[in-house]
Amino acid sequence: MADAPVTTERRSTAPLFSWAKPIVFTLGSVAVTMLGLLFVTFIIGRVMPIDPVLAVLGERASQEAYDATYKAMGLDQPLLVQFFYYLTDVLRGDFGMSILNARPVSEDIARVFPATLELATIGIIIGVVLGVPLGVVAAVKRGSWIDQIARVVALVGYSMPIFWLGLMGLLVFYGILGWVGGPGRLDIFYEDIVPARTGMILVDSAIAGDWSVFRNAFSHIVLPASLLGYYSLAYISRMTRSFMLEQLSAEYVTTARVKGMSEWAVIWVHVFKNIRVQLITVIALSYANLLEGSVLTEIIFSWPGIGSYITTSLLSADMNAVLGGTVVVGLVFIVLNVFSDLLYRVFDPRSK
Amino acid sequence: MSDVQTMRAWLLTDTPSSRRHAKLASLYKGWLTLRSNTMAMFGLAILVFLGLVALFAPLLAPYDWMAQDLGNRLQPLGAEGHLLGTDSLGRDILSRLIYGSRITLYIVALVALIAPIAGLLVGTVSGYAGGWVDVVLMRITDIFLAFPRLVLALAFVAALGAGIENAVLAISLTAWPPYARIARAETLTIRSSDYISAIRLQGAGPLRIIMKHIWPLCISSLIVRVTLDMAGIILAAAGLGFLGLGAQPPSPEWGAMIAEGRRFILDHWWVATMPGLAIFTVSLAFNLLGDGLRDVLDPKDGNQ
Repeated sequence: MADAPVTTERRSTAPLFSWAKPIVFTLGSVAVTMLGLLFVTFIIGRVMPIDPVLAVLGERASQEAYDATYKAMGLDQPLLVQFFYYLTDVLRGDFGMSILNARPVSEDIARVFPATLELATIGIIIGVVLGVPLGVVAAVKRGSWIDQIARVVALVGYSMPIFWLGLMGLLVFYGILGWVGGPGRLDIFYEDIVPARTGMILVDSAIAGDWSVFRNAFSHIVLPASLLGYYSLAYISRMTRSFMLEQLSAEYVTTARVKGMSEWAVIWVHVFKNIRVQLITVIALSYANLLEGSVLTEIIFSWPGIGSYITTSLLSADMNAVLGGTVVVGLVFIVLNVFSDLLYRVFDPRSK
Repeated sequence: MSDVQTMRAWLLTDTPSSRRHAKLASLYKGWLTLRSNTMAMFGLAILVFLGLVALFAPLLAPYDWMAQDLGNRLQPLGAEGHLLGTDSLGRDILSRLIYGSRITLYIVALVALIAPIAGLLVGTVSGYAGGWVDVVLMRITDIFLAFPRLVLALAFVAALGAGIENAVLAISLTAWPPYARIARAETLTIRSSDYISAIRLQGAGPLRIIMKHIWPLCISSLIVRVTLDMAGIILAAAGLGFLGLGAQPPSPEWGAMIAEGRRFILDHWWVATMPGLAIFTVSLAFNLLGDGLRDVLDPKDGNQ
């Protein structure tokens, strides 16, 4: 008992910094991870079989011009110095010029990113709205037919090539049934009608109040977004189910039931409240995965997003564009990861 | 018959007479558990079938996978002599699928060797050494984990050039970090156990401890993870093939076949559909088997 006062004294100073420490720690590790990401892309850019000088000047450049550009691009400097230049460029948002269209890569990315964001956002909404209830019901009615369906849905989602499912969707819903719009974001008659404010056509047309454009854009986005939604649903419903099962076997659930609480209240008021934080983490992760997983979907649906951008640049050996795109996707990925991690630390009382 | 009976009894004994006996008995018990899992056996059956198809491809395929017959382009399913139809160059789709199974198995086998071994090396060294070695290695692992996998693989293939081997390398480079994490976690729990201290007191060096006493214990959880990852590896390889960055035409790689069939999807749907079904079947089989293996080898994660 003698050391009791000491413990209280320690405790009184602890709350001041206990929340800040994990945040500082996380931010530090983010900085290191981002540096690593940039270093890896930098190395990839350097081991490329494409000569960066010839890529700028063209094949028939004279030796003097070649040497001058070689110097101007800093290629005569040591590798670490080059990396430092690259780092300062990227920090200023400068990813170099696209060889294909001679425009800054950062402008191109700013143009294509909203298309991907729009697609992934609708995809994650579909995945959450359907996946969370499916997972909850599958856990509560474990072993029932709903649980079996949830299992099959997830299994098929883990096993099906997304680009193939997209092709089949196009074939059935566009080719045969004609229910949805085809590839692309809009039919050609609707293009460039509403001014681009956010770059997301659904939002832009809603702001402009042009509902015919909105409807057309919706008919185009619904299929690729459902496709992405299905893949996140497969993951989210599985995770929801296993979180729920973990909680349902806890003693407080039995207590609530013994108290005479209705089953509905037990599940949604007590249990669901306890899995919220874990769920948000899972949702943030699958959102990040969607932004990345949209590469193949965008190709299938001719969606002019960042995935299409990286792939077409790749096929035409436009390395600045590829690396710029990779860095941006990687940064978004890291930020969402960190965001979910922080949410977890801040909101889950157990982690304190 | 009685031989089988005694063999069974010998395998199921509670009192094994030798180390080998105990090992075989535990393998047999694991097999019995796995056998009772219908879905896992179904997956295993598909994979055995795939292996046989790949092995006997020249005998099974009705045509040469490269043989073009421009007079017989885009024949539908069930056309005379072409059960699954023909593609845009009149090549028999069934024959191409049969030969394509070899490419799929080749890719999967290579990645399944490279990635877990790399992960095992990094993870056990990191976990056993601790200190700054651990910090540095785990930071590197985190950096690779933080990368979006397909985009990283794309960038690697861009740097290395398109082709199957480079696709394998790119997928392996993105696939090893989870294995390193698992191996490190296993090592941390094993490292502090009494028998490791006992071995150390007997004078065993770190190399011997890691190779002889830690690696064998990491294997089972790695096998489960590899089996579950196979489906993802197949899908990634097919995705790279589809983008034109993996196997190059005229190779009958399934993803590349879908890419070829994509141009005719609305009029000649079977050209892209059949290879897709093949990819789906194989990755489903790996997922089913992986689930079953997890229940056998890693009971603590079961029932999830």
